[in-house]
Amino acid sequence: MEHLSTVVATAVEAIDAAEDIRALEDIRVRYLGKKGEVTALLKGLGKLPAQERPAAGEVINQARQQVEAALDAKRTALEASAMAARLAEQKVDVTLPGRRESSGGLHPITQTLRRIEQCFANIGYDIAEGPEIEDDYHNFEALNIPAHHPARAMHDTFYFDARHVLRTHTSPVQIRTMEHQEPPVRLVCSGRVYRNDSDLTHSPMFHQVEGLFVDENVSFADLKGTIEAFLKAFFERDRLDVRFRPSYFPFTEPSAEVDIQCVNCGGKGCRVCSHTGWLEVMGCGMVHPNVFDHVDIDSKRYSGFAFGMGVERLAMLRYGVNDLRLFFDNDLRFLRQFQ
Amino acid sequence: MKVSEQWLRQWVDVAQDVQAIADQITMAGLEVDAIELVSAPFSGVVVAQVKEAAQHPDADRLRVCQLDDGSGQLQQIVCGAPNVAAGQKVALARPGAVLPGDFAIKEARLRGVASHGMICGESELGLVEEKSPGIWVLPDDAPIGEDLRQWLGLDDHSIDVDLTPNRGDCLSVMGLAREIGVLNRVEVKTPGVAPVAAQVDERFEVRLDNASACPRYSARIVRDVDVSTPSPLWLTEYLRRCGLRSIDIVVDITNYVMLELGQPMHAFDLDRLQGHIEVRNARAGESLTLLDGQKVALEDNTLLIADAEGPLAIAGVMGGERSGVNSDTRHVLLESAFFAPLAVAGRARQYGLHTDASHRFERGVDSTLQVRALERATGLLVELAGGRPGPVIEQTDQQALPDTCQITLSAERVSRILGMTLEDDEIRDILTRLGMTLKACESGGWDVSVPAWRFDVRLEEDLVEELARVHGYNRLPVRYPQASLAPRREDATKVSLDVIRQHLVAGGYQEAITYSFVSDDLQQALNPNVVTPTLANPISSDMSVMRSSLWAGLSRALLHNLNRQQQRIRLFETGLVFNGEIDALTQTPMLGGMICGTRDPEGWTSRREGVDFFDIKGDVERLLSLGGVEGEWRFEPGEHEALHPGQCARILRGEHPVGWVGALHPAVREQLGIKPEVYVFELELVALQQGRLAAFSPLSRHPEVRRDLALLVDESLPVQSLLDVIREQAGEALTDLRLFDVYQGAGVEEGRKSLALGLTWQHPSRTLTDVEINQTIDNIVAVSSERFGALLRN
Repeated sequence: MEHLSTVVATAVEAIDAAEDIRALEDIRVRYLGKKGEVTALLKGLGKLPAQERPAAGEVINQARQQVEAALDAKRTALEASAMAARLAEQKVDVTLPGRRESSGGLHPITQTLRRIEQCFANIGYDIAEGPEIEDDYHNFEALNIPAHHPARAMHDTFYFDARHVLRTHTSPVQIRTMEHQEPPVRLVCSGRVYRNDSDLTHSPMFHQVEGLFVDENVSFADLKGTIEAFLKAFFERDRLDVRFRPSYFPFTEPSAEVDIQCVNCGGKGCRVCSHTGWLEVMGCGMVHPNVFDHVDIDSKRYSGFAFGMGVERLAMLRYGVNDLRLFFDNDLRFLRQFQ
Repeated sequence: MKVSEQWLRQWVDVAQDVQAIADQITMAGLEVDAIELVSAPFSGVVVAQVKEAAQHPDADRLRVCQLDDGSGQLQQIVCGAPNVAAGQKVALARPGAVLPGDFAIKEARLRGVASHGMICGESELGLVEEKSPGIWVLPDDAPIGEDLRQWLGLDDHSIDVDLTPNRGDCLSVMGLAREIGVLNRVEVKTPGVAPVAAQVDERFEVRLDNASACPRYSARIVRDVDVSTPSPLWLTEYLRRCGLRSIDIVVDITNYVMLELGQPMHAFDLDRLQGHIEVRNARAGESLTLLDGQKVALEDNTLLIADAEGPLAIAGVMGGERSGVNSDTRHVLLESAFFAPLAVAGRARQYGLHTDASHRFERGVDSTLQVRALERATGLLVELAGGRPGPVIEQTDQQALPDTCQITLSAERVSRILGMTLEDDEIRDILTRLGMTLKACESGGWDVSVPAWRFDVRLEEDLVEELARVHGYNRLPVRYPQASLAPRREDATKVSLDVIRQHLVAGGYQEAITYSFVSDDLQQALNPNVVTPTLANPISSDMSVMRSSLWAGLSRALLHNLNRQQQRIRLFETGLVFNGEIDALTQTPMLGGMICGTRDPEGWTSRREGVDFFDIKGDVERLLSLGGVEGEWRFEPGEHEALHPGQCARILRGEHPVGWVGALHPAVREQLGIKPEVYVFELELVALQQGRLAAFSPLSRHPEVRRDLALLVDESLPVQSLLDVIREQAGEALTDLRLFDVYQGAGVEEGRKSLALGLTWQHPSRTLTDVEINQTIDNIVAVSSERFGALLRN
């Protein structure tokens, strides 16, 4: 049995020396395989006398377990170091930038427009659209601006012929909606409008959002509440001074221009507000009875208010853009600032 | 309308300062644009008289003057102005004076002669813009020693009021004073307009041929007017402070009356008038040389003042040269007429004119004002330039004058519109102050008579606005509308524009917004066979035709960025495109995109190759998949003038062509000045947005079968045709068909390509057998071979 301890010692030594899983496997076969040295000893038990067999078997089994334990330990160690080596090999510099498409962005006018629409859509206004080449009737006549009305001169209209124009405001959509919808009407419509005017503060194309609310018992007080709440929501301010100034639009009566406390200087006076402390942001009023007549809505029963605002102006105020023309240059260096 | 503060204060006496007045009328709907000093600040300037002007001993151009400045001692001034002369009253800046621009006057010596101040020109005092050539010679009645600012009342402001078109009644000192009076509950003073007695009994025949256009025409002869009389300084100063230039005494007076009362007037040279005055429309072929020297061909929609010889003036717009007052004029005929707004509206614009008269007549003039204005002008003319007036000549067609307006107002209507109750007393008070007369009517409201100058007030709503305006908009209540809230239906099959936009943004596209009108050249380059409406009055030829494609604006935006060192560009836009003549027009919402540059953004992992057709097609395909109906979309080879003939696909939804994708044609790129290769797409939004509602089908518990197949086909065969046949033959259990390789080269015969296809089947209710799959594959190969000569590649 001294032979046995030598075998175990040699095996353990070989196991210790093994450098990889394959070498370890060879060692297992050499000692524990079918023809292995330890297996051979077990097979040799049969030649021993019966009373010696259990003790001898016990000893050989212990030796076998010893070799197996050494093999297992070594295998675990080798696997761990192989894993460690593989992981080390797979190490990357995690600070390198990832692989991706760079993201684009929405135009700041679209963002502003959607924001305004959303304010109203959230409280149940429908969103409507209309054509940009309009007929004279919808752009002017039905809005109580007959031919030769001085208000037409204010519009600097682009004409195609005597009957067709590029819409000068989004108000024709009011008419088109009321032509086929009974009150209550709650809608916002937005889009491109056109005026024949181009300088630092005017673009021949710009965007408007228009709102209309028609129901029984709608008053100027409702209009004031709606506008004030909207402006506070849009500029995200709990306190924002809003004032209503009498004005004139042929399609509303009474009409008002709306000023807000300058969002740049807080009303102290600065270049943005021409040192007045106020910014004119939109026009509004109660729908004119002549407009209701044109769309066959009974102005004795129903009343309503309408309002309209320039999207570029609001976008400029909100983002601090100082030149209107930047919106239509589509310079990527400009557009990317709004991603 | 620009108006002098001092002038206003002569009409209405209010205590508050000019800013407070401006704020007050702004908040009443008469928006003040600007308040300007009528003169730049200066001090230490007095009226003085030149007693002596002697040649300077050492300078040809200088004079040594002795001036009486009222101090009891003559002041010696060296003056370089060519027009200085003894006897003149002048503006003297004494040492210590500060002129505009912080220019301090000191004692000085000029070429050895002491000078105790400076004689000023108008420009040096900041009273006129252009540099005056000499000193300012004051009228003889200027009081020596008086402070110039005091004497001229220069501590005055010009108030610039931006009036809305309905408030023509405020285009005068009287009109604005009336408003200020109403807002402050102060009486308006009306400087007395005493009728001027006739001194000669001479009339001039006036015929009204178009009474609806001109219901009232009043006129008056004034004989022996001294047109050479200079206009007094108070007159020219008021004109200047209201934005008008002085012309001559007659024109200055008519302008003054217009500013004061709001009635535009005209003066004819009586000697140049032939026979009679007739107010009629222009006849074919007539023309008129206007006061500004411009000759216009008259159209028959134009109301004229004419005499026996022909046109004298465009009514309410501008007079003619032939009959105008000039330095030789001795006798004048003053005109003060009422022209109906509709008769004048648009005429000035039609002839490219805009005058103070047309501005007022278009908006409306008080139809009761004509004779009063005529008397006022006559009075001034006689007072300032002499002359013997004749009697007032007046032709009026009462029927054609604007009706006096009566409106019934109910307190209930007022509260319904304003959302609050106004006390009856306040209603009566406000309306009365506005010049209305109220009569209580049986129904409980009032019958309100509107004064002639408030021709804009016609309806009950107009009265309510007046009440709200004077009461103060900001004193009206604020509340939120009440509405019945019912959930609304949302169309779930529609892909929202937001989703589409966000999808493109995630794919690296930047949204652009470009003008809807483009240059005809650009349009021709992109869509030569499409007609779109052309603007009659474009800003410029670059913005004259309506776009037929979003590519027009996008290509400009692309070029703008290429010119600014941007290399990788991906843009999209949504908006209407136009097609057809104006009477058969379509306006179609589209989505368009345009890309150039590298496939990936530059980076250490990037593929550096440029984008190609399949990049943009992939982007389009991903868009098409948004609606969940990818199977309804098809691409087929197409031809488009703007696109590369070999890289151009028509996009169809079912049978309907709804868009294009392709490479921009190299010739078009060259024409547009774009160097890199550019790929574009454009799609009808309505088609893109129409999706489907997702519908569940049970998951099969049976195994999937996949077979790969390589077919050799002619290289020109569109793959789509083959895929269609395969789908048709593969049966309903086919769940996926993908093309995973296209190969040409070694092992494949010249002129052919090898297409590697992966087919996957899964039957909902049973396991598919090898036999049936093999049979299906055989069918596919057989039919492909028959239709396209396809061969199975081994």
